[in-house]
Amino acid sequence: MLELLWMIPFLPFAGFVILALFGHRIGDRMTAMIGAGSVGVSMVIAFVVGYNFLLSPPAGHSYTQALWTWMRIGSFSSGVSFYLDALSLIMVLVVTFVGFLIHLYSVEFMKEEQGYSRFFAYMNLFVGSMLTLVMADNLLLLYLGWEGVGLCSYLLIGFWYKDPANGRAAIKAFVVTRVGDASLAVSLFLLFTNLGTLNIQEIMGLASQRWTIGSGMAAAAAALLLGGAVGKSAQLPLQTWLPDAMAGPTPVSALIHAATMVTAGVYLIARTHVLFTLAPVVQTTVAVIGTATLLLASISALTQRDIKRVLAYSTISQIGYMFLALGVGAWSAAIFHFMTHAFFKALLFLGAGTVIMGLHNEHDMYKMGGLRKQLPIAFWSFLIGSASLSALPLVTAGFYSKDLILWQVWASDRGSILLWAGGLAGAFLTSVYTFRMLFLTFAGNATSQVARKPGPLMKIPLFTLAILSLIAGLVDIPNNLGNLPTFSEFLHSALPPAPMSHANPMIEGKLQFITSLLALIGIMFAYSIFVHSPQHTGRPEEIKRSPIAAAVHCFLFQGWNFDLLYDKFIVQPFVRVARFNKGDFIDFIYKGIAFVNRSFNRALSFTQSGKVRWYAAGLAIGAVILIGIAELL
Amino acid sequence: MEHGLILAGMLFSLGLVGVIVRRNIIFTLLSIEIMLNAAGLAFVVAGSRWGQADGQIIFIFILAMAATEVSVGLALLLQLYHKFKTLDSDAASRMRG
Repeated sequence: MLELLWMIPFLPFAGFVILALFGHRIGDRMTAMIGAGSVGVSMVIAFVVGYNFLLSPPAGHSYTQALWTWMRIGSFSSGVSFYLDALSLIMVLVVTFVGFLIHLYSVEFMKEEQGYSRFFAYMNLFVGSMLTLVMADNLLLLYLGWEGVGLCSYLLIGFWYKDPANGRAAIKAFVVTRVGDASLAVSLFLLFTNLGTLNIQEIMGLASQRWTIGSGMAAAAAALLLGGAVGKSAQLPLQTWLPDAMAGPTPVSALIHAATMVTAGVYLIARTHVLFTLAPVVQTTVAVIGTATLLLASISALTQRDIKRVLAYSTISQIGYMFLALGVGAWSAAIFHFMTHAFFKALLFLGAGTVIMGLHNEHDMYKMGGLRKQLPIAFWSFLIGSASLSALPLVTAGFYSKDLILWQVWASDRGSILLWAGGLAGAFLTSVYTFRMLFLTFAGNATSQVARKPGPLMKIPLFTLAILSLIAGLVDIPNNLGNLPTFSEFLHSALPPAPMSHANPMIEGKLQFITSLLALIGIMFAYSIFVHSPQHTGRPEEIKRSPIAAAVHCFLFQGWNFDLLYDKFIVQPFVRVARFNKGDFIDFIYKGIAFVNRSFNRALSFTQSGKVRWYAAGLAIGAVILIGIAELL
Repeated sequence: MEHGLILAGMLFSLGLVGVIVRRNIIFTLLSIEIMLNAAGLAFVVAGSRWGQADGQIIFIFILAMAATEVSVGLALLLQLYHKFKTLDSDAASRMRG
């Protein structure tokens, strides 16, 4: 049954082609059937393939399906071939499953929108590209999927293109991630010139043979790959595009900017983990970037008013956790957190979408409040999602994955207590901003009337994701709570376990206790500020009373003013240079050639007077000159 | 010998000046005839200088060529007059660059 692998990305692509060609003709019902159906069938096939993979693992715990040769130039050849191992199987399952649920949700959410079929066409193209990315067996095909998801992200952020602000947000996302993409492309060139292949497994094998730990070439390759991952996953210093990407429809934010595409960087690093192991400096950088990002983003999330921007900053910070895990060698913990994060963050986004839809496109949390009674389904899904995001102990999925990361950061040979403390502070901030959002939206007195309530097609995904946000963590139960690390062990066929030679298992329970306690304190803190004494809710009009507080608030609200920084030091100098060089001085050469030619043309066409007598005179003079020359010589 | 060649040169120059100066196409054709005959005269003079008949043979060729040239030229002249109602060769200058 593993031969069905090619169908998984093929079906969404087929859906895209059909919708793109005939979408305007087949009506909304048919569009929804094709759009959601293609992803649904591909999900079923993914589960069948996964079941077979688990039941009878192929030799070497990996299966390669070569479809055709894409290009062959000299010794270089790149095929369209898919590679399935534990890592890509988990990615495929999460992408198709969450993707299908979000498609289902969109069928109802996007109803009465203009461009219904355009939306589903883009979404299908996205799922197809994302599957190509995670299943590619060589870096070139991976790069194709990588660019494909970037394109779909651009198209869907700017889905409501009639508002120029959305177009600007789309361009910003595209340009900022392009910085990372360029870095990834250079790393491909570097790997090919040094190792002579782009096949990922061959690269891993050759790299560990030819390069020693700490060699400069490995560090360069890993650093360039990291550059690509940082761009796509919105990590420091390229994180500025993700909050603005919330301009797109909410299902897009749920699918692309929370569950799948932004974690492509995590996947890339996990996929090429050998290179990072060979470059310890770069690997430490990954952990430091992750920690810094998770702290910066969660502090910014505390000040946001727009419910989707809170979630965007939270996504940045949760991916920071994944980077932190990758940086200490806890590869499977990062993938575990990717999975649980996909569930609970998609749930939170879809819940936020329900609220936004109910309140006529209102994004400002201060204008919400008291929605608990009016939108119970949104409230419960939000509560479960928030609990999972803040890693409420034992009952939520987020607890198990975040705990695994923090434990391995503490215990790994590559970890350190500073990184752990950063992660811990992030856990506290996470629960504060998450419950601030929850309380502002759902607690207190009702201030507005709900216009539209979710129907069954929106409730099913919310319900499914809510259950998964609670129980998905049980696939990997930590050492001290029963010791059933099924998920990690499954991944160990593709990713090595974290190096934990000096770990003291007795301490794991204590760390769990500290983390859980901090999360609970965070919730109490948020409760005491935003529910118990709502006069200190930090509303902007109160903050403005103190100039210092207002300045700090403004600084954090704009995401640590990174945009301003980039505008001052990159955009404006660039624009100035461009304006100075408007005429493009290299063009002078070509303009000069054109000018000389045109002058000759003018001179020669002047002699073509059309008068026979002049021609005769010309002939005579020419003959005289030639004979004169012949005589003189 | 020199006298013949000088005469031929003078005739040729006169013809050339005629071609360049006169705008009436009939005079242009006449001037071309003069130039051809000047060239023929040069051949005949040169032939007599070397005691060869070739110069005279070439002159007969030139005569034949001049006859065809005139017939083509007169046909062109008729067309020109038909189109422009004038014999001014400068009037037909539509193909200037």
